[in-house]
Amino acid sequence: MIAEAGHYALVLALALALIQSFVPVIGARLRDPALMNVARSTALAQLLFVGASFVALVTLHVNSDFSVANVYENSHSMKPLIYKITGVWGNHEGSMLLWVSILALFGGLVAAFGNNLPLSLRAHVLAVQAWIASAFYLFILITSNPFLRIANPPIEGRDLNPVLQDIGLAVHPPMLYLGYVGFSISFSFAIAALLEGRIDAAWARWVRPWTLVAWIFLTLGIAMGSYWAYYELGWGGWWFWDPVENASLMPWLAGTALLHSALVMEKRNALKVWTILLSILTFSLSLLGTFLVRSGVITSVHAFANDPTRGVFILLILCLFIGGSLSLFAGRATSLKQGGLFAPISREGALVLNNLLLTVACAVVLFGTLYPLAMEVLADFKMSVGAPFYNLTFAPLFALLLLAVPFGPMLAWKRGDLLGVTQRLLAAGVAGLVVVAIVWGWTRGGSALAPLAIGLGVFVIAGAVTDIAERTGLFRLPFATTFHRARGLPRSAWGTAFAHAGLGVALIGIVCETTWNSEYIATMKPNDVAQVAGYELKLDGLLERQGPNYREMIAQFNVSHGGEALSVMTPSKRSFTTRGSSTTEAALLTRGASQLYISLGDVTADGAIAVRIYHKPFVLMIWWGPVLMAFGGMLSLSDRRLRVGAPKPARAKQRLQPAE
Amino acid sequence: MTRKQRRMTIIGGSLAVLALAAALVLNALRDSIVFFSTPTMVAEKHVQPGRRFRLGGLVQPGSLQRGDNLAVTFEVADGGAKLPVAYKGILPDLFREGQGVVAEGALDANGVFKADTVLAKHDETYMPKDVADALKKQGHWKDDYAGKPAATTAQGNSQGAVR
Repeated sequence: MIAEAGHYALVLALALALIQSFVPVIGARLRDPALMNVARSTALAQLLFVGASFVALVTLHVNSDFSVANVYENSHSMKPLIYKITGVWGNHEGSMLLWVSILALFGGLVAAFGNNLPLSLRAHVLAVQAWIASAFYLFILITSNPFLRIANPPIEGRDLNPVLQDIGLAVHPPMLYLGYVGFSISFSFAIAALLEGRIDAAWARWVRPWTLVAWIFLTLGIAMGSYWAYYELGWGGWWFWDPVENASLMPWLAGTALLHSALVMEKRNALKVWTILLSILTFSLSLLGTFLVRSGVITSVHAFANDPTRGVFILLILCLFIGGSLSLFAGRATSLKQGGLFAPISREGALVLNNLLLTVACAVVLFGTLYPLAMEVLADFKMSVGAPFYNLTFAPLFALLLLAVPFGPMLAWKRGDLLGVTQRLLAAGVAGLVVVAIVWGWTRGGSALAPLAIGLGVFVIAGAVTDIAERTGLFRLPFATTFHRARGLPRSAWGTAFAHAGLGVALIGIVCETTWNSEYIATMKPNDVAQVAGYELKLDGLLERQGPNYREMIAQFNVSHGGEALSVMTPSKRSFTTRGSSTTEAALLTRGASQLYISLGDVTADGAIAVRIYHKPFVLMIWWGPVLMAFGGMLSLSDRRLRVGAPKPARAKQRLQPAE
Repeated sequence: MTRKQRRMTIIGGSLAVLALAAALVLNALRDSIVFFSTPTMVAEKHVQPGRRFRLGGLVQPGSLQRGDNLAVTFEVADGGAKLPVAYKGILPDLFREGQGVVAEGALDANGVFKADTVLAKHDETYMPKDVADALKKQGHWKDDYAGKPAATTAQGNSQGAVR
């Protein structure tokens, strides 16, 4: 019953989406407010029905109803409740349902909070949202129905892929999808603007918060996924330049560029056409990511779901939306009025440079992701493009970008004074150089690249601090004035500083981890001691334990540093009986920003166990960086000038209040 | 500065960055990409020792030998040819005899493939795509290579269709 109800709700959502696709557009043509307002109701009803459909699938998984194929293939009655729920999106059908649910959620949010939008703009935006939604509802209903029944229900399910039975999976895909799919809003706004042939600074003010929300989630989603790979796959690697990871990185790069270009458009009414194009490209890259992950064209850990018709179907959606939107752009972009002028050395100029470097870096990643596929199709030979390629291409471009980052926020709009900014950044530059010298002297003889990169990271962080210090008059004015100014500073200025500093933090973490990572691989017997980076790790013994749906072998290590006992670490190896496969659960010991990492290999015939121990210096900074960036994004989002539905300054509101 | 000059500055800057990126990519393509081969292809093409490539195939049943200090040797076969592989380290959880494997490394002077990475990115229902395609091309594909024939065939079709 629940499966049929869920299926039916999904069909109804499709019907609503089809209505929402056409009626509001007709309404906008006829200037009929009633028809245009249909979009609002259908968007909310659609959200309700997709939500119901999603809840139905979750219920089926929680109840372990193995008469439903999707539950049978991905669940097990002994699986812990949390993984029964997260298992819903740990497979192809369920994750697509999550995808459309989030799409409907964003559509519903625009419908609910878009009251200050011009009526026709809202109608167009929601109609475009419905076009996307209809395509994906059809995709799910035709090729990937999660509610299919099995004629002879089995008693027990096949269990979820053990690698996915982890809390990381609970968080990573929904976050990532909130990011991916969130960019559909800026896409819809861009298409709506093209359809209406009208675009102004207010448009950018509406688009920016939505882009920012999507960007925050995508940032956290990518960081979460990277941390999950780090502790779950047992290799201690956190980024593999895997096509699936690139698929999420590309929208992030384009989305970051979009955030910055929308800023220029909002403040200076310039870069209009470019911002529209970026909105289209960002969501196109999200669609491309969905295609790469969901069609199984690429070998990867993530490509656990495959089916013949699916790839072609998503490819069609991809061509339709990217081709359609770019043709519309080509036809209508010239009708949009060009915006304001600015000198190359100015805040706008810096943001153009930012956009240029980000999009080119994004293009490089796109090339590296698609080139092997293209060569396989055209020339019939296989190859892989991995870290060495990106180190030679992506890294230099990003280094250039980071070098420019501190200058951007300090340049004035319209016409900047590069010399003055350089003088004010002198302290930050000196701090960076001092760090280069210290690190280089300390590591002596090592590669010069690592100290330079760390210096660059310090420069970016110090630059962000300098910006705030300059704005608040820190050290120049009395402390009370500074404090007062700091409180009065717009939140978006703080947001910029945090987000930019986050880049520097992440860079330092990446460089430290890759350069000074120490590794120890050997077979150990009980009471053996391993020495890694000044730590002594003594293997106490091995013990077996029964988990809910697995057996696990735990190795117990006593960790000490310079004779002082620190902690006990218990890496384990789990074997899942249902799938006959095993996972390695690494043990982590955090010391400041650094971590000790132990993962287990096989037990040899004589009772020794293979272990892999890493010391990862400053590894946590890799993820603190994105968290800082997301925090900066949230600060900006809470800036009252950006708050959805409150474009007026707050002072007017305060004056009104006593009258009530 | 006139509007035209400003526009030229921006276009000039864009072209400079694009040219830089193109140069970086072309430079990187020369020596940082890794090709995929099966044992048969290695035998036919006489791959030079020291040239890095990815080797894919099935782990020959009965060929896995563990030496001292985590050294292992095994053979990778694709039905047509076999190639001995030497590796030092911990094999992935999903490494098994008779199953698909992808290893990255280079041949040494004796024709042994010295692997520095062994990947087994699959579970019992999933064969690495490169391996599956290569086996199919040579007509050595059998449904029982995978635990769940339906799923694997479906996957093969999907790749055919997408191509």
